[in-house]
Amino acid sequence: MPAVEFRNIDIVFGNDQKGALKLIDEGRSREEILSATGSVLGAAGVSLAVERGEICVLMGLSGSGKSTILRAINRLNEVARGEVLVEHKGTAIDVAHCNEATLRDIRMHTVSMVFQQFGLLPWRTVRDNVGFGLELRGTPAAERARIVDEKLAMVGLTNWAEKYTNELSGGMQQRVGLARAFATDAEILLMDEPFSALDPLIRDKLQDELLDLQRRIHKTIVFVSHDLDEALKLGNKIAIMEGGRIVQAGTAEDILLRPANDYVAEFVKHMNPLNVLRGTAVMRPAAGLPREGDAVVLDKAGRVKVKVDPEGRPIAIDLDGRAGLLAVADGEAGAIDDKLAIASDCIIAPVDLRLKAAIELKRHTDLPILLVDDLGRLAGLCDDDEIYRGLLRRLEG
Amino acid sequence: MYDWLTDHKIPLGLWLRDFVDLLTTHGQNVFDFISLVLGGLIGGFTAVLLWVPPLLLIALFALAAWLVHRSIGLTVFILAALLLVANLGYWEATMETLSLVICATLVCVIVGVPIGIAAAHRPWLYTAIRPILDLMQTIPTFVYLIPTLVLFGLGAVPGLISTVIFSIPAPIRLTHLGISSVPPALHEAGKAFGATPTQLLFKVELPHALPTIMAGVTQCIMLSLSMVVIAALVGADGLGKPVVRALNSVNIAMGFEAGLAIVVLAIVLDRVCKRPERRSRKN
Repeated sequence: MPAVEFRNIDIVFGNDQKGALKLIDEGRSREEILSATGSVLGAAGVSLAVERGEICVLMGLSGSGKSTILRAINRLNEVARGEVLVEHKGTAIDVAHCNEATLRDIRMHTVSMVFQQFGLLPWRTVRDNVGFGLELRGTPAAERARIVDEKLAMVGLTNWAEKYTNELSGGMQQRVGLARAFATDAEILLMDEPFSALDPLIRDKLQDELLDLQRRIHKTIVFVSHDLDEALKLGNKIAIMEGGRIVQAGTAEDILLRPANDYVAEFVKHMNPLNVLRGTAVMRPAAGLPREGDAVVLDKAGRVKVKVDPEGRPIAIDLDGRAGLLAVADGEAGAIDDKLAIASDCIIAPVDLRLKAAIELKRHTDLPILLVDDLGRLAGLCDDDEIYRGLLRRLEG
Repeated sequence: MYDWLTDHKIPLGLWLRDFVDLLTTHGQNVFDFISLVLGGLIGGFTAVLLWVPPLLLIALFALAAWLVHRSIGLTVFILAALLLVANLGYWEATMETLSLVICATLVCVIVGVPIGIAAAHRPWLYTAIRPILDLMQTIPTFVYLIPTLVLFGLGAVPGLISTVIFSIPAPIRLTHLGISSVPPALHEAGKAFGATPTQLLFKVELPHALPTIMAGVTQCIMLSLSMVVIAALVGADGLGKPVVRALNSVNIAMGFEAGLAIVVLAIVLDRVCKRPERRSRKN
């Protein structure tokens, strides 16, 4: 069961919902619907599933409907048609049609939210802002204080607890917003362009902190952004929206390598692929490499061969009859021990090696890189040719 | 030439008179009850204010001003101003006026703030009451003085009612303004964390609107003060009385002194009711 699932939802702002829905069914554009009915199309035919523990980024230009559908998850926006399923206490509940009591329960326990303009209450101290959600659901003061202290420590604001929010910088204010959202221990976090109002350096820092936190707390995060860099950096899944409709949903690599239409292609044209692409996307798969018995041939001349065991794990390398040495690299950092690198003839790295790390290894050692999967089986080869093609995004060509 | 127009006069005035007659014949008990409660309220306040020795009360006022505002200048000013009023011989009248103003403001806040909140939540209601509020502030006071006099008799109560009619639009308007100017983001934040409408009102809307509502209360106090002379015409005690008497006997000295006492009271109330420094500086 996905944590959040949109099933064919349409959102219309205005009085003539029926008229607008009819025009949506006819596939009319937002402008046509506005001039015909006076109602504004918020979203049309949106279907999307967000799995537990995933960061899903809704991405698009302003007015594309990304915030609109985000706000349907906790019914700050009403849905004209369709279902919004949220996993609440083990069952999937249709937020769009549940009763008020259930909706409040979901808002208090399951879904919490971080706002673009922070949405902090300026007459309250940082401490009282963080405890706001707990206060609303009637948590006793002592327990509230304990939880608030814990969350303040988590975002590094312990020393600021008694300050008023307008005494804090923008970055700190948004940390208060994050702490407030974490305080209710909700499983699903909605983030509506939380870092857009911050300057780039602070934004970058908070993105890193969020990723760091996510590694520990494993929440389901639905994140709205108009910044593709941010989307690619944070999102396990990215949904690109235009005019109230999702035009493409997939992983960062999918979107970068296989844009669904010109709109997406235009979006990703100027993106730096180094941080996004991984070995899986650029490598020549093991199945596509020529084989000679139990060995895989790496070069065109057929002089470099890698022996694999019956499970498919590389065990030895043969350089034109001479036995070489295989060295294992740290896939995350793209680093390898210098002595090891000099002595060896081929590098083994995890298959999700980032392209940037691959280039780093390549520049350092000038050795071919073998990518292996979680079980150590040979997955593919990543050498100069693969890297260049990845950079040029000409994988199909 | 236009006899056809004037021959058949629409009896608007008569209708209203009949309406008031109807109220007096059938609703006399209700109006007597209101009169009793409000009269008791004003009488009680006045009695307390006059029971305390003037010098002690002046000292208490100064102390309260010091505790709230921590300003030597203001405290000294209040001390001097109230001593001057006592010296001129208007202490009793000033306390009677103060009691009338306090009662009028209380009634205005108790009635006006909920109306303002309700109007902020229902745009149609505000559209409906806006012309009434305009009417209450523009219609000459003497006009509604007559029916209130008929309904409540002579004394402090018709004065209070007229004062309330004149000054209640201020707290209503400013409460409406304060509540309806709550930023959408704060509204959404409250809702997103599961606030009920009541929680939203008390934890988000009212705290945000408080400075504006307080401005409305201060304005209400000032408007009430400006009504003391009118209230005196229907028999309310206070600083209005010497002003009216001075006017009738062309007594320049008395008129000036009583007028000065009103101004002094107005300035003192205004300064004391100004909001203290922003709370964020307290820590």
